[in-house]
Amino acid sequence: MSADSVGLVEPKIQHFEEPLQLDCGKSLSQYDLIYETYGTLNTDHTNAVLICHALSGDHHAAGFHSEEDKKPGWWDSCIGPGKPIDTNTFFVVSLNNLGGCRGSTGPTSIDPATGDLYGPDFPIVTVQDWVKSQARLADLLGIKTWAAVVGGSLGGMQALRWSLDYPGRIAHAVVIASTPKLTAQNIAFNEIARKAITSDPSFHDGRYYQHQTVPVKGLMLARMIGHITYLSDEAMGEKFGRIKKSEGFNFDYGVEFEVESYLNYQGKRFSKTFDANTYLLMTRALDYFDPAAEHDGDLVKALGNASCDYFVVSFSTDWRFSPERSEQLVEAMVKAGKRVSYCEIDAPHGHDAFLIPTPRYMAAFSAYMQRIAKELSL
Amino acid sequence: MRGDLEIISPWVSKGSTVLDLGCGDGTLLAHLQKEKQVLGYGLEIDGDQITRCIENGVNVIEHDLDEKGLASFGDKQFDTVIMTQALQAVRRPDEMIEEMLRLGRQGIVTFPNFGHWRCRQYLLFNGKMPMSKTLPHTWFNTPNIHLCTFKDFELLCHQKGIRIVDKLEVNADFREHSFAKLWPNFLAEFAVYRIELK
Repeated sequence: MSADSVGLVEPKIQHFEEPLQLDCGKSLSQYDLIYETYGTLNTDHTNAVLICHALSGDHHAAGFHSEEDKKPGWWDSCIGPGKPIDTNTFFVVSLNNLGGCRGSTGPTSIDPATGDLYGPDFPIVTVQDWVKSQARLADLLGIKTWAAVVGGSLGGMQALRWSLDYPGRIAHAVVIASTPKLTAQNIAFNEIARKAITSDPSFHDGRYYQHQTVPVKGLMLARMIGHITYLSDEAMGEKFGRIKKSEGFNFDYGVEFEVESYLNYQGKRFSKTFDANTYLLMTRALDYFDPAAEHDGDLVKALGNASCDYFVVSFSTDWRFSPERSEQLVEAMVKAGKRVSYCEIDAPHGHDAFLIPTPRYMAAFSAYMQRIAKELSL
Repeated sequence: MRGDLEIISPWVSKGSTVLDLGCGDGTLLAHLQKEKQVLGYGLEIDGDQITRCIENGVNVIEHDLDEKGLASFGDKQFDTVIMTQALQAVRRPDEMIEEMLRLGRQGIVTFPNFGHWRCRQYLLFNGKMPMSKTLPHTWFNTPNIHLCTFKDFELLCHQKGIRIVDKLEVNADFREHSFAKLWPNFLAEFAVYRIELK
């Protein structure tokens, strides 16, 4: 394990008894949130940073669960000693969101009302619901104000939502590779992913657990589609080009091109470890996110109450949430008189670039986090 | 303190909003934030400079002025719009000045004077495009694609109905010197203009 790793980490589970009223009108009578922490909370509790995960992410953002782990947490590139979110300075909290399938209450949990798995009956939660549940976790951890709430993609939407719903509890929002709302094209891709899952004969209207099966094919297809939107044409071209597994053509429909092989592998791996109902729920949370909608579509008005500083980052080849989406957000922030800095990082990796430590991204991200530390005298 | 900061600072009122076009490492905005408690934003395209701005605690927005212009900003969104040493490097300085005064109640512009006697002497005696400490680039590879003299600039302002509220002719260190006042367009290397719409 290298010196810039947070090392071995252990998840904790927090049980909540107080019902959580959800956007959809339903409520969760009780629930669990699984989370990890890295670094040490200072005596004034002023150095806490919340990490919000994206569609398929979870609480395991950095470090390793065991010595045998081959891969660290999903954002290990940015969290650790000397990394942008420096655990020598900050106390980092990372949780799995409600509706997830990695240990927080979700479709794969038992519904206390019925004693059965929630499955498709798990209520659809929104970004706003997540933020509310995260605020409760913060209460229990003794964190009144986050030094920063940080997230990429769907995680960035949570950071933005924090700044609107709890303006007094967040000093900085770091919104990376995100958007103030999904475009029709974004929703269309989500719909194809959902259709792939729900039309799998093994889906059984979401009650596949009772049929001792999993909609592997649908989930795999959903992930394959999603994966294409995470990469840029350029990145795919560079990685796979038209490289084939063997010379010549086979004149059949088996896997011949490297890119086919890669997508199949990624899809298969994902379908074995992720829950289909959670995937549906996460894509819906993405579709619904639109904080401006509550203010007649006026993002400037939506930002009205926010009082934190913002750091917004986009990536040149991200076509899922393109730089234009971030610029729209920044434009509204300036019009609303909010303090904001914005970088468009030139990176070839598409949407996935937010996970990849390109030098300029790391330099700007580090500079911003150090500025927070300086401002808060950490 | 940098000479131009000393000149510009008194023209910016306390607690006002400022947009700095091509803000570099954010020195000017950091100064105005500290001395005048302004809400300032800088536009910049250079990645390293943007990182310096972030370090300096300045709001910086990555933005290519030539490519994107200023259309995304609203009318009279800022009290002051500043452009230091960059007017001669944009594609259309005339449109830039108009845009500055659309976004801001007042504009502050600084640029090198191509009518300075050294430039004139260089061209006269060498017959080549002037190069100097302040204009170190060759004619074929220079960011300064629209150099002008004070007279040119003032004529443009006149044509566009722009009022020159204040101006200071200065030397290369942005210090005033009385000698230059005798014949600014010949003797001063830089000028700082404060402009408004009539």
